[in-house]
Amino acid sequence: MLSHWIIAPAVLPAVLAPLIVLAFRRDLTLQRVFSTAGTIALLVLALSLLLASAREPELYRLGDWPAPFGIVLMLDRLSALMLVLTAGLALVVQLYAIGTGWDTRGKHFHALLQFQLMGLNGAFLTADAFNLFVFFEVLLIASYALMIHGAGGDRLRAGVQYVAFNLLGSSLFLIALALLYSVTGTLNMADLAGRIAVIPPGDVALIRVGAVLLMLVFAIKGALVPLQFWLPGTYATAPGPVAALFAIMTKVGAYAMIRMGTLVFPPDVAATGGLIADLLFWGALATLIVGAIGVLGATTLPRLAAFAAIASMGTLFLGVSSFTEQGITAALYYMIHSTLAGAALFLIADLIRTRQGAQGMAGKGVMACLYLAAAIALAGMPPLSGFLGKLMVMQVWSQNALVWGVILVSSFLMILGLARMGTDLFWKGPVDTTPAPPQPLALTATFALLAGLVALTVFAGPITAWLQTTAAALIDPTAYIAANALPIVEAK
Amino acid sequence: MEALIAATIGLLTAGGIYLMLRARTFPVILGLTLLSYAVNVFIFVSGRLAVNLPAIIDKTATGYTDPLPQALVLTAIVISFGMTAVIVLMALGSWLTAGHDRVDLEDGQ
Repeated sequence: MLSHWIIAPAVLPAVLAPLIVLAFRRDLTLQRVFSTAGTIALLVLALSLLLASAREPELYRLGDWPAPFGIVLMLDRLSALMLVLTAGLALVVQLYAIGTGWDTRGKHFHALLQFQLMGLNGAFLTADAFNLFVFFEVLLIASYALMIHGAGGDRLRAGVQYVAFNLLGSSLFLIALALLYSVTGTLNMADLAGRIAVIPPGDVALIRVGAVLLMLVFAIKGALVPLQFWLPGTYATAPGPVAALFAIMTKVGAYAMIRMGTLVFPPDVAATGGLIADLLFWGALATLIVGAIGVLGATTLPRLAAFAAIASMGTLFLGVSSFTEQGITAALYYMIHSTLAGAALFLIADLIRTRQGAQGMAGKGVMACLYLAAAIALAGMPPLSGFLGKLMVMQVWSQNALVWGVILVSSFLMILGLARMGTDLFWKGPVDTTPAPPQPLALTATFALLAGLVALTVFAGPITAWLQTTAAALIDPTAYIAANALPIVEAK
Repeated sequence: MEALIAATIGLLTAGGIYLMLRARTFPVILGLTLLSYAVNVFIFVSGRLAVNLPAIIDKTATGYTDPLPQALVLTAIVISFGMTAVIVLMALGSWLTAGHDRVDLEDGQ
């Protein structure tokens, strides 16, 4: 029994963050030590939970209240995978922020990072729809503060837009939850699944409205066209390491979409049917096109990275929208890849920005190599994992010429955009011979992300096999629902 | 009473959305606030309308109103209150640094 360890990924940062704010407010070194130690502990914890999740999904009851009445957390393969991805990315981002001194440009960087981790981990673990909303708000409010970290006029104004957009999203989330509750009388996800499957025909309209509103909220988080407008401004103006951390934020939307779409509103439920899959499919295609055109048209590297993030969400959602075992497997593989690759590009953009001076760029060679590796990964060219991910998504839609066309053309546009940006950055302007500022920790962090991509490619076989089992458990959530131990309701 | 509450929620939502589409931060924040009021009332009535009925177990009670939406709406109020405070401060900050309170960003930013 691991029981109480399940809540630890949310509790650990929740304890650490106030400690950092209250006890080590004036001592940056202590902040760095405690925060990094906390994130390393989180990574170890997440990895051991990942091992434990290979068994049946395990339930954690808060206050020991039984499932539909109390809030429950649930550890299954998908949530464990997301925990590991989050902790790994957070550790890299944290080392980078320490190495470049980003955490000295404003107060409380480490505390905010820990609060963000608390929200992310909670959102991945919870099995209660309203609790999901609460953890969304926790991670959002930390992200508002992180986004304007280091301040500056442009960043503040982009921040206001970002907050306004997300407040609207939160309102939609609440409306959707209230609708679902008013019809089903429950907010436990497994219970919702059971009740929506047998909903009387008179309530179908309300459920459909609630389902679509809920998916809209996740689409806002996942930057699905036409709800992607908040992303380019936010990601391009946010500090480099924060933008890299935000690579996991769009994946929260994808995670929630996968969880709700397979558990509560699967395509074989009469109330919603293929409605969500259809909306998601066309949205994903549009996202891929908009992202690729944005990459081609971007004038600065951070904006290019932001549009590449949008395009990668398009590919991811294409995999999800099939709602098959194969499709979810492809989407999960591509999700790991695009988190690492997107974060790497944001870090590289930040490194390049600090090296650019009036005389040109210092240390061009290393930067060009890093950029090339990240560009290959993002465009989805061999030999890195982006190629495998895109290939898997295309296999899912092997009968659909439209999907193939859009993926291939958008990949081509992205290659053009990335190549043009590389030419502009590295082949133009004078050659600067001054040595680059030594930032060993920052470079190590960036290389760690690229090493992760290489590992994802080399171990693609075992990883895909593991993801396939995960996807099978998502498509057939019997074990997940059974783990909730819901009381048996007699038919009215 | 249902019609009255439904109309109130509708009006609040309509006003909120109209204000949110303005180009200055102050009306946008007012719009968000109106919208969050509408949402709060909406959550409250999702447990159905019941007059003069207790939410907590009482020996003399003849019936109960649903207590869960009341707990949910408290959470929602606290969160929207906190978020509004954050956006007000950020809007003030951006007005003081940029010298104007337009919401939109110029191209290429």
